[in-house]
Amino acid sequence: MLKLDTCTISNGAFHLQADLSVDAGNSVAVIGPSGAGKSTLLEAIAGFREISAGSIYWQQQDLTKLAPGKRPIAMLFQDGNLFPHLTAEQNVALGLHPSGKLSHTEQDQVQAALERVGLAGMGARKPAELSGGQQSRVALARVLVQHRDLLLLDEPFAALGPALKAEMLDLVAELAAETGTTLLMVSHDPQDARRITRQAILVADGRAHPPAETEDLLDNPPPALRQYLG
Amino acid sequence: MGDDLKHLLIAAGLLTATSAMAAEKPQLTVYTYDSFVSDWGPGPKVEEAFEAICECDLKLVGVEDGAALLSRIRLEGENSDADVVLGLDTNLIETAKKTGLFAPHAVEADYALPIEWADETFVPYDWGYFAFVHKAGEKVPANFRELAESDKKILIQDPRSSTPGLGLLLWVKSAYGDEAADIWADLSDNIVTVTKGWSEAYGLFLDGEADMVLSYTTSPAYHLIAEEDDSKTSAAFDEGHYMQVEVAAKLAGTDQPELAEQFLNFVVSDAFQSIIPTTNWMYPAVTPANGLPEGFDRLQMPKEALFFAPKEAVAARGEALPEWLEALSQ
Amino acid sequence: MARSAQPVSSLPGVAAALLVAALILGTLAAVALRAEAGHGFSSSDWAALKFTLTQAVLSAVISVALAVPVARALARRRFPGRSLLIALLGAPFILPVIVAILGLLQVFGRSGWISDVLVYFGASPIRIYGLHGVVLAHVFFNLPLATRLILQGWQEVPSERFRLAAQMGCDGWSLFRLIELPMLARILPGALAVIFAICLTSFAVALTLGGGPRATTIELAIYQAFTYDFDLGRAALLSAVQLALTAAAAFAALRLSRGEGFGAGLDRAIQRWDGGTPVVDTIWIVLAAVFLLLPLSAVVLSGISGLFELPVIVLKSALISIGVASASTVILLLLALPMAAAVAVRRHGMVEVSGILGLAASPLVIGTGLFIIIRPWANPSDLALPVTALVNAAMALPFALRILVPAARETVSRHGRLALSLNMEGWVFFTRVLIPRMRPQIGFAAGLAAALSMGDLGVIALFADPEIATLPLQIYRLMGAYKMEAAAGGALLLLMLSLALFWLLDRGGRWHAEA
Repeated sequence: MLKLDTCTISNGAFHLQADLSVDAGNSVAVIGPSGAGKSTLLEAIAGFREISAGSIYWQQQDLTKLAPGKRPIAMLFQDGNLFPHLTAEQNVALGLHPSGKLSHTEQDQVQAALERVGLAGMGARKPAELSGGQQSRVALARVLVQHRDLLLLDEPFAALGPALKAEMLDLVAELAAETGTTLLMVSHDPQDARRITRQAILVADGRAHPPAETEDLLDNPPPALRQYLG
Repeated sequence: MGDDLKHLLIAAGLLTATSAMAAEKPQLTVYTYDSFVSDWGPGPKVEEAFEAICECDLKLVGVEDGAALLSRIRLEGENSDADVVLGLDTNLIETAKKTGLFAPHAVEADYALPIEWADETFVPYDWGYFAFVHKAGEKVPANFRELAESDKKILIQDPRSSTPGLGLLLWVKSAYGDEAADIWADLSDNIVTVTKGWSEAYGLFLDGEADMVLSYTTSPAYHLIAEEDDSKTSAAFDEGHYMQVEVAAKLAGTDQPELAEQFLNFVVSDAFQSIIPTTNWMYPAVTPANGLPEGFDRLQMPKEALFFAPKEAVAARGEALPEWLEALSQ
Repeated sequence: MARSAQPVSSLPGVAAALLVAALILGTLAAVALRAEAGHGFSSSDWAALKFTLTQAVLSAVISVALAVPVARALARRRFPGRSLLIALLGAPFILPVIVAILGLLQVFGRSGWISDVLVYFGASPIRIYGLHGVVLAHVFFNLPLATRLILQGWQEVPSERFRLAAQMGCDGWSLFRLIELPMLARILPGALAVIFAICLTSFAVALTLGGGPRATTIELAIYQAFTYDFDLGRAALLSAVQLALTAAAAFAALRLSRGEGFGAGLDRAIQRWDGGTPVVDTIWIVLAAVFLLLPLSAVVLSGISGLFELPVIVLKSALISIGVASASTVILLLLALPMAAAVAVRRHGMVEVSGILGLAASPLVIGTGLFIIIRPWANPSDLALPVTALVNAAMALPFALRILVPAARETVSRHGRLALSLNMEGWVFFTRVLIPRMRPQIGFAAGLAAALSMGDLGVIALFADPEIATLPLQIYRLMGAYKMEAAAGGALLLLMLSLALFWLLDRGGRWHAEA
């Protein structure tokens, strides 16, 4: 279980309160108006933002003071998920070892992961030689070899076309199901949220609300969300 | 940590000392100016000639120029590594003496200097006259006044950073005394520029940037002898030419006093003196047994030697430098 | 303010900066402590200070102002020989002072090429000596550096931004305002500060081109204090003034150059869609090339005949110089990379300022200070080469930081989060991300450092060991022995070697767009 215990996340004059928990293995959407602090919430969980009060736990382990790379968390950002100077293989390999130096079995793992995301034979290419969708797949392959308990998505597929985005989200859902990963994903699109999550956290008015059923939340949105959904 | 390093360095020092002892040859360290030790200067030949007679290892250390050389000695003070300093000139002697770092010598020689030499500390080894060098065949002024009135362009060196520059300052001061400032004011439109050192000025002159450059009467000897080129000559000035005498002395703190004395005697000997003319391009302080090399006879010999005794030179510089700055800063 | 996590520690960089500061301030202190009662600031020192500041400000402003259009033209034009021209841009900077003076005056002097042409057509020769001559010489030295720094800024703008701008139909002035002006606002203050600092310590060039004692700089006064007056207190005082001025300029530059980077790009080859006016660009490139290459060709022409008759000893010196330059480059990178990383993760004003001090430190003061410090422990001349390599590295550091810091900042901001999420920290981030991402800048900085070290007489003269002379020292010795032709040959050899080193390193680092 991921638990945010009376957390306050501060970003300059902006403060976000979060007191909630997410069950292990669950897939949860993070929705809310633009600028409400959805990315801030994920960044705090991942450790890129210090929290000014409260604690974050994963399965009783206190993550609050841990460095981002030491947390049982993989995260995909809106952009910059790959190192442009490394090949697809090398980028995936970083998920196993920060130094990128791998044993034979680990190399096999990398190939298997690339295969799993549909990039067999493209390991030697650099990001600039891959399409947007393929770049996302490389990042997912890395997430796969990382074997982290939690996966945070900060709209990494926002730039892709609807069909491609749907395909990616399905792939994410599949992978998360296969590995039992707990998934938190920021979403602007109610369809995305409905597609792969059962629950959703509403971030609005300086608060991250505890997860509610996605369907209920979207069908009977509170005022702040209604305005946003239009 | 610091102490460990110190011990290590001391150990390293001892090691070097032991290996030097193993060679069983005493070492004589001579500080001189850089052009002396260069492969084209007297250094290599001097080293060979002295080591042939001294049963010692002569170590020549080059320091930029004469003024920097004296500064280096003052910086090192009483524990200087140097046993002998070679390359100060008469304008630096007074300052050098005041440091109390130098010891008297007992060298006697039959000097071929235009002036009487009786200094107890400093042994002269070569000398020369400052002069303006120009292309042969050109009509040139016969003194500073004519030069100032002419439209001849000259290159000079800065007396604050160059030995010849200081020489020129004293030349004008010794020839004109209180009128020196006026001479400089009149000369200012003849001066193309003032350089940091001799090399810049001479290089610019050879590139044709000016009609004349401040150098030595012996400069044309280089072109005559080394390049067989007689296209350069020096202008004879009728008010006389200022002299530079270069000297050597031993340090009071030397641990090789006998060897140092032997070196000073060697400096005025034929072996050293015959090397000087065609390597340092100056007149030897003692005429070598075989006379001067061919070519030196074709140089102009000034009718009058101008010279400030070391004590006066310091006072004259103190007076002349502000005048010079004032006149040329207008 | 809550500190966010950073992928590299700034500690090694801070330590490197402290080391550099200790070298520069420690040597100054050593000189000051060794001083006996000396003279304070005299009225002629005030005049020297005024002239020094005037020429340094003018030189910096004019160099940078001219470099902007030249760099812009080079950034958007592709033509045969472009990369060669960019490599040659490094040349004026690395010439030993005396060689550069002779080369410049062979072109711009009273009897130089330009005057010859003017006289042929009945005009009077140009009058080069004076403040304008000093500035001209300093622009000759520094225009190439400024151009390279600014060109680098242009190359760091991700190609995506230009694409975006092209998409929106931006060109000319609007493109300049949108993309180029913010980039310039970040780059120019640093470039100005660096060039100001270089010109602050000018001595031989200022005196010779300035035409006499009117053009007295503080550095000349320091030299005089050291050699002719042996007034170490005065030398230390004057040197402290230089350092204070440089530190002030560096602080001002830091305050002015705050600005954000451009965000991520994908290493696409830079392509630009704004046409600009090719004619204007061409004129700028041709003018800059002629201005810079004429004196260089003078150096080449004077050197050719001497080049083939160089004594073996000069070739040996060339090898020594290459060795010193290599060592110096390694030391430079060991200092500069951690410092750049430190500045990138956190604004360390002190690190940046101590990085720039190397320029304003008088070589004489550093050399004498080191001499005073080393002498009780070891024979200074035994350490001549390592000391020279170290001091040369400290002198090249300001340039290296100007080149490396923006790239390091960009890399950390682009990739820091991803690296952190992958637990790539410290050494791993340094070697796997920072260094590969900064390869072109590292190559450029290393090339510049190597070339600078090749051409620098530096402190070797003070630590002289008769057995080991560097190439610049050997060139001075040849001149001192009347052998001007051989010296010119040596200068040409030095020019070729420095350029070759620069080209190799710079080329080795570049990986896109500059082919």
